[in-house]
Amino acid sequence: MARVTFREERCKGCELCTAVCPKDLLAMSKHINAMGFHPATITDMEQCNGCATCARMCPDLVIEVEKEGKKVG
Amino acid sequence: MEKVFTRPNSLKDIPMHYCPGCTHGIIHRLVAEAIDELDVVDRAIGVAPVGCSVFTYQYFDFDMYQGSHGRAPAVATGIKRVVPDGVVFTYQGDGDLAAIGTAEIVHAAARGEKITVIFVNNAIYAMTGGQMAPTTLMGQKTTTTPFGREANSNGFPIRMSEMLSTLDGASYVSRVSVHDPKNINKAKKSIKKAFEMQIAGAGFTMVEVLSSCPTNWGMSPKEAVKWVESDMIPYYPLGEFKVPSEV
Repeated sequence: MARVTFREERCKGCELCTAVCPKDLLAMSKHINAMGFHPATITDMEQCNGCATCARMCPDLVIEVEKEGKKVG
Repeated sequence: MEKVFTRPNSLKDIPMHYCPGCTHGIIHRLVAEAIDELDVVDRAIGVAPVGCSVFTYQYFDFDMYQGSHGRAPAVATGIKRVVPDGVVFTYQGDGDLAAIGTAEIVHAAARGEKITVIFVNNAIYAMTGGQMAPTTLMGQKTTTTPFGREANSNGFPIRMSEMLSTLDGASYVSRVSVHDPKNINKAKKSIKKAFEMQIAGAGFTMVEVLSSCPTNWGMSPKEAVKWVESDMIPYYPLGEFKVPSEV
């Protein structure tokens, strides 16, 4: 279980994240942000395993990734 | 839910001015992560260059200085000698380091100054409008080589890492790339290693990072990172050109 959040107002629509997702889950939104770019978004959150490859590729630190931690004990 | 990826503490939470798809943002993050992981944010002192990354001092949340064009290694030399405990680095582009600052970088390396240089090579003068840089590849079109760079009038591109690695004062010289996530991870390791070596008292350390410039190359960001892999890496091979013998 993972959660990916996008700071849409920071996204410059470069699409680098969409090219590196191993499961091809990222796409550009139809709407535009305040800067006039189509921000990146995730199409299917259920499929995401939180590998954070997209976040590592993003030049503008738009993407934050959370993952269910391993249970202690 | 545990955060597995978030902004490093030493990178300020403000939007960066770089063009869409410019890999400067990635390299800033890698430097900030290395500083955070080594827990030297109180000792870190960076020197910003002239070029696209001139505003680097606004993004890093530690002491920053800004040198005049190409002089960052000379400024860093002064800082390191006055503050020997500081973790001093310069962040320079290829126009800054390989053209106007050639004298400063060569002699800083020759003297074995205990500084780290992050050299961002995107094969073009980006901020000034895409003119030919010393690192521009043969045949590459820029605003000053509209028919492509050719040897007769423009000479040949300089491989700075190979050149500086021949100097005895250089302790660690490597070239990495940020065109895909795998290479970004490698770049991070290399940058961290350079800082670790500086902290351990080694001499001059430099990491050259191959970067993309979609705007001035006239490509989309996706095409630009592919061009780094297909055209730049064959001329600028990745790897460590100098590692200390005792390691």
